[in-house]
Amino acid sequence: MPPERNRTETGQPGQGKAVMVRADGVTKTFGRGASMVTALDRVSLSINENEFLTLLGPSGCGKTTLLRLIAGFELPDAGQILLDGQEIGHLPPYQRPVNTVFQSYALFPHMSVARNIGFGLEMQGRPASEVAQTTARMLALVRMEDMADRRTDQLSGGQQQRVALARALAPHPKVLLLDEPLSALDLKLRKNMQIELKRLQNETGITFIFVTHDQEEALTMSDRIAVMSAGRILQVGTPKEIYHRPSSRFVADFIGDINIFAATLEKTGPDGATVTLPGGGKAVAQVHAAGVVPGPVSVAIRPEDMHLTAAEDKSAAIRGRIGNVVYFGSGNNVHVTLADGTEVIVRSNEAGAVDSPVGIAFSPGKLQVLED
Amino acid sequence: MTDLSASTVADNLARARRISESTARRRRLQLLMPALIVIGIFGLFPLTITATYSFLSPGTYGGVRWEFSTDAYVQFLFQRDIFDDTLSFSDSYLRIIGRSVGLAFVTTIGALILGFPTAYFIASKPPNQRNLWLFLITLPFWTNLLIRTYAILLIIRDEGLINFALVGSGLRSTPLNILYTDPAVFIGLIYSYLPFMVLPLYASLEKLDFKLVEAAYDLYATRLQVLRRVIIPLARPGIVAGCILVFIPGLGAYITPTLLGGGKKLMMGNMIAEQFGASRNWPFGSAAALILMTVVMLALVVYVRNSGQGGRRHG
Amino acid sequence: MADARRPRTMDLRKQPGFNQIAWLCLIFLYAPIVVLIVFSFNDNRSVVRWTEFSLRWYAAALDNQGIRNATIVSFKVASVATVFGTILATMAALATTRTAPFRGQTLSYAIINQPLMVPEIVTAVSTLALFAIIKQLTGLTGIGYLMLAHTVFCIPFAYMPIRARLEDMSLTLEQAAADLYATPFQVFRRVTLPMMSPGIVAGAMLAFVVSLDDVIITLMVAGPGETTLPIYILGQIRRGITPEINAVSTLLLGLSVILVTAFFLIGQRRR
Repeated sequence: MPPERNRTETGQPGQGKAVMVRADGVTKTFGRGASMVTALDRVSLSINENEFLTLLGPSGCGKTTLLRLIAGFELPDAGQILLDGQEIGHLPPYQRPVNTVFQSYALFPHMSVARNIGFGLEMQGRPASEVAQTTARMLALVRMEDMADRRTDQLSGGQQQRVALARALAPHPKVLLLDEPLSALDLKLRKNMQIELKRLQNETGITFIFVTHDQEEALTMSDRIAVMSAGRILQVGTPKEIYHRPSSRFVADFIGDINIFAATLEKTGPDGATVTLPGGGKAVAQVHAAGVVPGPVSVAIRPEDMHLTAAEDKSAAIRGRIGNVVYFGSGNNVHVTLADGTEVIVRSNEAGAVDSPVGIAFSPGKLQVLED
Repeated sequence: MTDLSASTVADNLARARRISESTARRRRLQLLMPALIVIGIFGLFPLTITATYSFLSPGTYGGVRWEFSTDAYVQFLFQRDIFDDTLSFSDSYLRIIGRSVGLAFVTTIGALILGFPTAYFIASKPPNQRNLWLFLITLPFWTNLLIRTYAILLIIRDEGLINFALVGSGLRSTPLNILYTDPAVFIGLIYSYLPFMVLPLYASLEKLDFKLVEAAYDLYATRLQVLRRVIIPLARPGIVAGCILVFIPGLGAYITPTLLGGGKKLMMGNMIAEQFGASRNWPFGSAAALILMTVVMLALVVYVRNSGQGGRRHG
Repeated sequence: MADARRPRTMDLRKQPGFNQIAWLCLIFLYAPIVVLIVFSFNDNRSVVRWTEFSLRWYAAALDNQGIRNATIVSFKVASVATVFGTILATMAALATTRTAPFRGQTLSYAIINQPLMVPEIVTAVSTLALFAIIKQLTGLTGIGYLMLAHTVFCIPFAYMPIRARLEDMSLTLEQAAADLYATPFQVFRRVTLPMMSPGIVAGAMLAFVVSLDDVIITLMVAGPGETTLPIYILGQIRRGITPEINAVSTLLLGLSVILVTAFFLIGQRRR
């Protein structure tokens, strides 16, 4: 085994909860020779019982591959996958007690809604009465009682989504895998389904692993988020941790709007690190990554964690001139250009005149030092 | 936690992968082999028999005698004198090959001239109407070629509908002699193979993005320029495919020259058939079949070359 | 104004004369068939001069022992060739789709499509030569040879729609079934087979039509007493034109049209 480079797991499982899924050093490559692509590079991750975990990342980051490895559609090149303590990495999909909600829903077009939902139980050889009972219960759970005998191609996108969910939940799997299930829905329906999914997870008590590239969706629904990039897991944590304490530049940049600029780290102390900002001002920044040493660093702060002041105001950490003001309904994004040319975006209720000098103050404890 | 040792996990994985790969391979072979064997033995292997026969001597009542001979090929160019066995140049078979290639070529051009506008017309229809049009164009293709040729014969013969109308209306005093001429065969061939031209043309025109046409108009192209500089180049793979699909069966046509050429205007197809029937010279018939195959293969090579390029250009 | 040269509502898709040519093609394709059908209902020996509507030629055709025998032979051969051709084509289609590219894939396609690429007359005389050898070696005779020859060229015709159907089908459905505890056999039985069945039906119908219509290969391979309907018609045409031929031809056309229309409708419903 190589050094523990990729085993940095933050946001460790809470006390007293059993681990449901564990991936350990999982590697998966596609293709051969020059065209070989490493989809997963020694990925390790633990997911708790009854947890809603989101795999978040841009397309091609390996999140769907990890899901397919857990489902059994692909075999890993190396590493192990444990489900409830059992090694399952080598088992075919039909021997794994996990079910998938596919991005395209993959409803069987030649079967009715009810037959779709009962399919898994039927394949498990459950008696017909049990299949019928569970199917009815699932139809009620997703509020589709009236649609039992419909053909699946007569359903709307949202309804198909519910059937796909019911079908995957009917055999009561230990883990439900969701592969970008909301991406085909329009915005309003997506918002409703986010709440619906959360409700279903609470009611069934099943572990959900949810794949998405939509950071807002991830923040809304998850107990914990694992941010992935280029086949690796960069950070695992609660939505709050991920949002407010991104450990790396990639995570900070990927989730929400954030201002990143160069600074010099002077010294680290108990309250955080003292950094020199562009324009010479000093500020205290939080350090979450290990091994940060004095010298040039990147610091980050979110637009809503800053406010505009008068140019001469002492509380201002940095100063510049107002460029564009972009109105977005509940406020403005004020673009401020610093003396060295860096552009900073500040969320503000008042706008200020273009080209007028302005100061920017930081809310305490919000400035972060990033690991590059 | 039951942490398995790394080697056990690796073993399990390797076994799972081996099993899934080998079952996939075995199943594929089991499924594929029956069709390949049947076609191999009864489709491909007979071609080698024909190739062999072309180098043997003819048997008296059909079949072959197992004596090596190149007579079958010599016969294409020379006539052997019955009395003194001398060879003299004869172009009668070359003419048949020439007529076949010529008729197939003219048919291809004619089908293209008729087929391209038709395919374009269908492709520019709204999607729900396209399938109906396509169906109407392909329907004759799936009906009996013999019967369709017979229908043409009914119309163009001396006592046929066209002459009935011509003579009846006083436009001509004697019937126009069409049947048993090259034009009759030409009409029959176009009629038989027009759907072969329209289908591939439609397939590539349907994919054509009409925004490209709009863009060309936007850049001051006239209708003719749009056709020549945008539509035809983009439809090239379809044009090539359509021409090949008309040319190949046209070259080997049997029914059309038999019925509409009246056995006087021979093409390669009925010439070959004759050697295995009435004339009973199997080696000569085999040689002719081999020559026909060679021309067809050449045409296919041209097609593969061109369609490959077209595909790449399309991305 | 430059605009003045062009009409206000310009259909950019149109090319001058194209519509007319398309309609001309349609008339060209159907006029002879229509004439043939119309005169099959003519109460007259002439196939040109219309006198009165009559079904007498149909009655004559149905009463003709030669036509009856030929019809039976045609259906026997087409049924056997369709069943075996479709089974082999279905298996081959399952093997050549839904897998990663494998060695020999292109070669497999080429072999399966071989009967389509070789001119029919060449296939016909080559098959004749092979069967002559087999007959000489084994002494076996019978209609089996004809059925075998038809099976061979039915395979690629049945293969085309089945393969197209399989390629249209998303692999995700089978994965979903496996995810829901279906074993590989159950996946095939419950998902793959029902999903591909329209393709199989379409393939079988094409194979049947193609076998029913074949002339050249049958002409070469068929032995005495194995006259199929098209061969019978060909013989009659050579002997002289009668409205009875029109009647038989119309019936055979009608059968093909019904089968192909059904094929078309299956394709439509799929969309």
